[in-house]
Amino acid sequence: MIDLHGYGPRLLEGALITIELAVLSLILAIVLGLATASAKMSRNWLLHRTGTLYTTVIRGVPDLVLMMLMFFGGQIGINMVTDWLYDRFGIDTFINVNEFVAGVITIGLIFGAYMGETFRGAFMAVESGQIEAGRAYGMSHWLVFRRIRFPQMMRHALPGLSNNWMVLLKTTALVSVIGLSDMVRVAAEASKATREPFTFMIIVAAIYLLIASVSEWGFARLQKRYNVGYGEAD
Amino acid sequence: MADTPIPLEVHDIKKRFGDTEVLKGLSLKAHKGDVITLIGASGSGKSTFLRCMNLLEQPDEGDLIVHGEKIHFKQTRHGREPADWKQVVRMRAKLSMVFQSFNLWAHMTLLENVIEAPVHVLGKPKKEAVEQARALLERVGLSARADAYPAQMSGGQQQRGAIARALAMDPEVMLFDEPTSALDPELVGDVLKVMRDLAEEGRTMIVVTHEMAFARDVSSQVIYLHQGRVEEAGPPGEVLGNPRSERLRQFLAPKH
Repeated sequence: MIDLHGYGPRLLEGALITIELAVLSLILAIVLGLATASAKMSRNWLLHRTGTLYTTVIRGVPDLVLMMLMFFGGQIGINMVTDWLYDRFGIDTFINVNEFVAGVITIGLIFGAYMGETFRGAFMAVESGQIEAGRAYGMSHWLVFRRIRFPQMMRHALPGLSNNWMVLLKTTALVSVIGLSDMVRVAAEASKATREPFTFMIIVAAIYLLIASVSEWGFARLQKRYNVGYGEAD
Repeated sequence: MADTPIPLEVHDIKKRFGDTEVLKGLSLKAHKGDVITLIGASGSGKSTFLRCMNLLEQPDEGDLIVHGEKIHFKQTRHGREPADWKQVVRMRAKLSMVFQSFNLWAHMTLLENVIEAPVHVLGKPKKEAVEQARALLERVGLSARADAYPAQMSGGQQQRGAIARALAMDPEVMLFDEPTSALDPELVGDVLKVMRDLAEEGRTMIVVTHEMAFARDVSSQVIYLHQGRVEEAGPPGEVLGNPRSERLRQFLAPKH
């Protein structure tokens, strides 16, 4: 049996943090991605430009740099605001940037940009006749979106979505640099203390692989569901 | 009879795509039970005209009056648009369209297609909608295919299914946009037969078609369009039997 030198419970906690972080970031990324795709397909000039600016900036800067900018830069920004509140109104507060929240926001922001492109391509792949039929039968924009565009778009988006999710899952390892005790950080600490890096890293690798395999199974089921009506082969 | 509003009135519709004016002032009045066929060469504007009637295309000028209710428009930077989208949604629910390429929703079974708009647009209870849908599918000869997906059906079946979907809205007027043009010749007959039955039971229909036999036998009025204008209009016997313009004579001649 592998000797974890008592780090077992902390590793497990770290794994839970990794999963929580990944799932919450995914939700944020999906919401941002849908919003970005809509903005970029909008005929409103300002929305279109904003969407393009967002995807260009985020996709053009390394994840690690964004993470540090968000965490340290965010703290400086918030300090400036609280200082100003104190000087001006005498309100004395101190807000600490929480590593977990900063991690979710940064990863969500990064993957929102990638999701935006995935969703945009998928929305454009929906046949216009399908949408037209919805409009012709008196459906509002929202109803057409909910009943026709979204379910048909998902079929095209899922392969890209599952790809983004796998990369996102592994990107959560970056939060260890801002001090969040995810499983990578716990394993790094344990490696240093016990001088057995291989033991801990192989466990971390196995846990990532396990999460990835379970999600792959989940995505395959979703794909099956959204492929209904199109035949098995895609 | 005089009190019931006319199902659909269209006045002086004009439509431009870029610099080309494709509709140059078209009008039409569909009384209850009328079957109006729009014929003309491709590019004559007949499909665009039909699509203006339920605002899938926005006419640049002209009025639409659906069941006595006039549609309001406003000018925006992008051209003329409906002023009240709720009104548009309401009017579209009264006009159901049958498309050339069927456009049944691919991710729903045939039955789900038929109950979709009655349940979600008209707010009909699902159970009632399903009962009605089954009766309609029976009518178009598709009871056995209720749980099939569109991709599993032939073109003719899909189009008859699309007609059932249109009937489920209990529309004031049915709009048919070349309903048989995408079908293999041997499947056209079934679809036309369903349409003839609808005409006989007094449905108000506006049909864009290349099927001259259908236009001659079924319609109460034939409108021949040429380059966005009405070239000839009247009862089928007159327009098709005794065309006045040389162009219409030529249009009718090479068909058979």
